[in-house]
Amino acid sequence: MEIQVTLNGKTVRAEVRPDELLLDFVRKQGCLSVKRGCETSNCGLCTVWLDGKPVLSCSVPAARADGRAVTTLEGVKEEAEAFGRYLAGEGAEQCGFCSPGLIMNVLAMERELSSPSAEEIREYLAGNLCRCTGYMGQMRAIEKYLNRKGGCACGENS
Amino acid sequence: MERTARIVGSPVMKKDAMALVTGKPVYTDDIAPADCLVVKVLRSPHAHALIEEIHKEKAEQVPGIAAVLTWKDVPQKRFTMAGQTYPEPSPYDRLILDQRVRFVGDAVAIVAGETEEAVDLALKRIQVKYQVLEPVLDFRRAKDSPVLVHPEESWKSLCPVGADNRRNLCASGCDSSGDVDEVLSRCDYVVEETYHTKANQQAMMETFRAFTSMDAYGRLVVTASTQVPFHVRRIIAHALDIPKSKVRVIKPRIGGGFGAKQTVVAEVYPAIVTWLTGRPAKIVYSRYESQIASSPRHEMEVRVRLGADREGIIRAIDVYTLSNTGAYGEHGPTTVGLSGHKSIPLYGKAEAFRFAYDVVYTNRMSAGAYRGYGATQGLFAVESAVNELADRMHMDPVRLREINMVKEGDVMPAYYGETAGSCALDRCMAKAKEMMDWDSKFPAKDMGNGKIRGVGVAMSMQGSAISGVDVGSVTIKLNDDGFYSLMIGAADMGTGCDTTLAQIAADCLCCELDNIVVHGVDTDVSPYDSGSYASSTAYLTGGAVVKACDSMIRRLLEKGAEYLNAETDQVDFDGKRVYRLDGTGEISLKDMGNQVMCGNGKALEVTESNTSPVSPPPFMVGMAEVEVDTETGAVKLLNYTAAVDCGTPLNPNLTRIQTEGGLAQGIGMALYEDVTYSPKGQVYENSLMQYKIPTRLDVGNIQVEFESSYEKTGPFGAKSIGEVVINTPSPAIASAVAHAVGVQIRELPITAEKVYRGICQHSHLET
Repeated sequence: MEIQVTLNGKTVRAEVRPDELLLDFVRKQGCLSVKRGCETSNCGLCTVWLDGKPVLSCSVPAARADGRAVTTLEGVKEEAEAFGRYLAGEGAEQCGFCSPGLIMNVLAMERELSSPSAEEIREYLAGNLCRCTGYMGQMRAIEKYLNRKGGCACGENS
Repeated sequence: MERTARIVGSPVMKKDAMALVTGKPVYTDDIAPADCLVVKVLRSPHAHALIEEIHKEKAEQVPGIAAVLTWKDVPQKRFTMAGQTYPEPSPYDRLILDQRVRFVGDAVAIVAGETEEAVDLALKRIQVKYQVLEPVLDFRRAKDSPVLVHPEESWKSLCPVGADNRRNLCASGCDSSGDVDEVLSRCDYVVEETYHTKANQQAMMETFRAFTSMDAYGRLVVTASTQVPFHVRRIIAHALDIPKSKVRVIKPRIGGGFGAKQTVVAEVYPAIVTWLTGRPAKIVYSRYESQIASSPRHEMEVRVRLGADREGIIRAIDVYTLSNTGAYGEHGPTTVGLSGHKSIPLYGKAEAFRFAYDVVYTNRMSAGAYRGYGATQGLFAVESAVNELADRMHMDPVRLREINMVKEGDVMPAYYGETAGSCALDRCMAKAKEMMDWDSKFPAKDMGNGKIRGVGVAMSMQGSAISGVDVGSVTIKLNDDGFYSLMIGAADMGTGCDTTLAQIAADCLCCELDNIVVHGVDTDVSPYDSGSYASSTAYLTGGAVVKACDSMIRRLLEKGAEYLNAETDQVDFDGKRVYRLDGTGEISLKDMGNQVMCGNGKALEVTESNTSPVSPPPFMVGMAEVEVDTETGAVKLLNYTAAVDCGTPLNPNLTRIQTEGGLAQGIGMALYEDVTYSPKGQVYENSLMQYKIPTRLDVGNIQVEFESSYEKTGPFGAKSIGEVVINTPSPAIASAVAHAVGVQIRELPITAEKVYRGICQHSHLET
């Protein structure tokens, strides 16, 4: 079947199989930041935005994106780099494999929540697994990033 | 030129960090050629069986299929997939495909095709007739079982590790000093308990994967997500029975390893496809495959007998470890050693110790290397026993450790007789105690709402590289305009060693970090390095960097003197120039870099290797504060505090992240992670849905501080950090639970069910 998707602002027409996942579709389109970490919607690595809302692209059929806007990290480069710099500043990217999914969700959270508390941040990002960092460094980066313009109500170690 | 730590010790960003956080295509699957054949493995549904018949014709007829391989199509020479220095202690017990399958998930056939759909269809069309055999599933009954996992004549063990395939023994042995039974008989207190740690999956976010192709010279190029590129080269050559000169291995960026990728889990499958078809091929393990057919931590049952006198001085430690290596022996003989050698030496006053072990084959997934490598299992047991001793003596477990712990300068008989040349364990204990506010929290506090808080403590040690075995190497070259290339043989798997090694080089060569460009591993280009495991990179390869820089400076002085018409002892180097000591001339590094490209007969390029007769242990103390719900047994981790002595932290950001990450994995092992089997030998935890690694809601508040000693044999005083940090959570959390509700859990993980049953039993006994 043919679908038409606005991928990172560009219109893409493509032939997809009915069971093709959005994850495989965007990777085929060259958006290689999007990673697969599991097959059971548990890890958050494949997070992209569908019409601006974060979804797990491993559990969305590509066909469902027909007529809609899909955004991957490649589509929000500048913002990703801005937050990524904080992440890297803490050494909290480590292997980096989960970073794109985390970054997409952090940027979505920034749009959705104003002044989130530490607990709200942890809950919002609970679906983004990381095996390297123990999450503390990510939290330090997120707090510093949100605080750069006073958007975070969370204090240190809260 | 004096060597000062300027960039060493500063929290610089990893050199590859911005590429990673901006999602650049730098991992194996991102850079695999588009025309790679898709490779998948047909896996055994039986725990133990012989393949009586296998028919592949129908599979081969599926359009787009390029190869279907069975045991009849692969070399029949046994090898090991363990990434270890040759001759490997792990027995040669593998074939790429074997007529005998030894666990549910073992490889039966390999299919390669142009699309995933074709391969999936072909896998279904392979017809296999199995002769199903009785399996050995219980590791307590494996030794001398009539059912043999490896009855074959071609099985062999290359090293004297006490292996015997006719007894299902992958290794066995005993090490002792003094008369442990005699000393125990004179002790006022003897704790004798058995502790059981389970298999754990490393669960790195990037599963096992590799792609292969033939180059213009007719050589097999393997690009793999691996920690051990040079071992991969040898193992692929062994498995395919081809000369090592025919194999080249390249390591791109890696999405985590934690030891999993110290075993060549997936590489042989695309390698044989490419070797036989000439076509590029790739394999990407699903999470399911990574859970059921990979290289998890060895399950171990550890019996500890610990004796102390009236004052609490620990005088004898007796440890027996039974380790389950599963269907194959990867890392079996070596992991078990650490369960004793990296736990007993923490107690410096023991007069006698004994450490005996058996490692058995069973029809379960093969175990492998996982961060901590046996020390984690042994430390859960020994540290739990010490905590139980303290509880029985009604003594503060911190105090008990303070009077027993190994101190700087102590000889450690159970650690190969090495001396603790750098040890701040005492300072770590004081720091952790202060961070936890231990004195006000120990042992427990009833919150009055059905919840009780408790605290627990544990110590840990590891090594820094395998003494006398591991080799770390780097090459340094001077290029145009005076920038250096640092060619690294060790594998950066996200840990940041490409950066920390460059930090060392920048300080040794007195230049900026940007003046050092790094190159990760390519076995055709990089100098030989045994690989990134055994906590070796910072210490051993770091030491190689120091040596190489010293050699480079000598070479620069020689060449500079030549250009300045002086003798070598009449010139010096300050990082930017070679200059005459009498002030009459100088040549800049930039000019030298350019000048040596014309009319020069001796390259400004040096390679140095490093090995160490000792393996200086990093030490740490971890403390847990938990809240136990007495109604349900649920354990919530509130705070985890840790103080670490890794010698000089080369990059404080990266050592901190290593510590926090290792603790989180240790917390997962303590509270959530388990690998269990059905009666038929199928793994239940075959996805991240069932195998519960901690989320950010599960790790409590982790706080880390460093109490550094200075290790004279390490680069800038550094020891290792990667593994020591995973060991304390299990014993510390178990003890915190015991202090809260009086239930000592001796089998991991510490689930609500186990705690609740313990509470019930406890109250039953009391009433």
